[in-house]
Amino acid sequence: MTNLELRKHANDVRKGIIMAVHSAKAGHPGGSLSAADVFTYLYFEELNIDPKNPEKEDRDRFVLSKGHTAPGLYATLANRGFFPVEDLITLRKLGSYLQGHPNMHIPGVDMASGSLGQGISAAVGMALGAKLGNKDFRVYTLLGDGEIEEGQVWEASMFAGFRKLDNLCVLVDNNNLQIDGPIDQVCSPYPIDEKFKAFNFHVINVDAHDFDALRAAFAEAKATKGSPTCIVLHSIKGKGVSFMENSVDWHGKAPNDEEFAVAMADLDKIEKELDKEV
Amino acid sequence: MRTDVKKIATRESYGNSLKELAKEFSQLVVLDADLAAATKTNIFRKAYPDRHIDCGIAEANMMGVAAGLSLTGFIPFVSSFAMFAAGRAFEQVRNSIGYPHLNVKIGATHAGVTVGEDGASHQCNEDIALMRTIPGMVVMCPSDDVEARAAVRAAIEYEGPVYIRFGRAAVPVINDKPDYHFEIGKGSIVREGSDVTIVATGICVDSAMGAAEKLAAEGISAEVVNICTIKPLDEDIIVNSAKKTGKVVTVEEHSVIGGLGSAICDCLCEKHPTPVKKIGMQDVFGESGSAVDLVHKYGLDADGVYQSVKEFL
Repeated sequence: MTNLELRKHANDVRKGIIMAVHSAKAGHPGGSLSAADVFTYLYFEELNIDPKNPEKEDRDRFVLSKGHTAPGLYATLANRGFFPVEDLITLRKLGSYLQGHPNMHIPGVDMASGSLGQGISAAVGMALGAKLGNKDFRVYTLLGDGEIEEGQVWEASMFAGFRKLDNLCVLVDNNNLQIDGPIDQVCSPYPIDEKFKAFNFHVINVDAHDFDALRAAFAEAKATKGSPTCIVLHSIKGKGVSFMENSVDWHGKAPNDEEFAVAMADLDKIEKELDKEV
Repeated sequence: MRTDVKKIATRESYGNSLKELAKEFSQLVVLDADLAAATKTNIFRKAYPDRHIDCGIAEANMMGVAAGLSLTGFIPFVSSFAMFAAGRAFEQVRNSIGYPHLNVKIGATHAGVTVGEDGASHQCNEDIALMRTIPGMVVMCPSDDVEARAAVRAAIEYEGPVYIRFGRAAVPVINDKPDYHFEIGKGSIVREGSDVTIVATGICVDSAMGAAEKLAAEGISAEVVNICTIKPLDEDIIVNSAKKTGKVVTVEEHSVIGGLGSAICDCLCEKHPTPVKKIGMQDVFGESGSAVDLVHKYGLDADGVYQSVKEFL
């Protein structure tokens, strides 16, 4: 898939995030938008998956360890064909299968998540399961940069590094903001790359919004043998929506009707620009 | 505790069962957190080193790894002391195993005060309460070697999350009868009686039997019900016995808050209100000492149960 096609899909994913969170009047747009490009790359390019057969045995697994960015995952799964895009506006509503955080009843979701620090352990278990069962599938998990303040992340990393789980790719969305403020002012986890290196990971730093860079990073991860890979995604929280970018206020807040209109206009503008590119 | 019968610790039964079942169930893997010698999963490890995964001293991660393994077709038995399996890793068990309803079995050893000399920090009297609040979790507490082995087999044959509680101390084998039958969710009447019902779980079944004998010598007929599966509870056996005797005493090596006694009260207050006396740890921490001395001090041995029943009647 070309970078232009990926950028168009990513913009659709961003629209889905805004529509879902606006409709729900709650949810987490900031970290969903910062990860929209990596969600898109994973589901449209990287992962061996089949929307018609979400549970096919040899599929690659993805665990959204930062489960609060479910709107980003759901918008991607919907745009990839796992369920109707129209369902996104049922997010967080009573009776909807699109729960506030991912669970096992959502097509394409491999593991329930939301309590921070736990998804990475499940991903590590899946990667170990592939090794024990002589299976070729790979396992990916996405963590927030605030999330890595959880001790369990380092228990899991120690285990994965020690066991040389080279079928595991840990992604850290480093948008630099957590609920209470910039991560280096709350309880800094920096240097993130050096920490994962110390836990015996192969580490790649990458611009989270550059598809060429993402393509190269995922290829490098796949080619890396004998250790798990951590890709530190240098991202912009709220990416794509003018007033949400780099703003901690939009971690877990829904836009009102006026803000919704501005956000959609921002994304429409990006769409028109992308349509002009050949 | 009686001294005239064969004794074995249920943690030993756990390790032996895992080894026995490994041949039949190729998906069985065992996880431990640096306690394989104590939890007895080293019996399994010796025979199947490639299927034993030592996760190091990191119980939270171990629960998640087990969840991931179950999602790739394995049946993991996660092993640690009850304090760490149910206590430290409670939220991981709740969110990574219980909520997605995964086929993970938790084998928690060193439950209750019979941990002994290590003292209160390691004596988990809260695990039954914690585990039984998780929707869909099966909670079992076997009374001896025979029942522990049967419970481990039943757990692997059952699809879904299971918590099994084992003890450190050697306890008498009381279920070695030809007609012994085990089923998840079924209790058993181990002694018939008409004046009072003593419902016990785990190692306290033997104490209840001893107490019933002493009571019989004084003309008091006690019915003893063994509840291995605390959840789902065999409500019929409890209600029917309560209807017969009109008085119920519960005995457990666990806090009286949230454990077997609470489960029995939950059942009876709805289905057949009956006076209940709960014997167990009375909202206190344990302490260092030998297992025998501790069960005596806290009134969980046959003498203690006998005294409590007498006071209650």
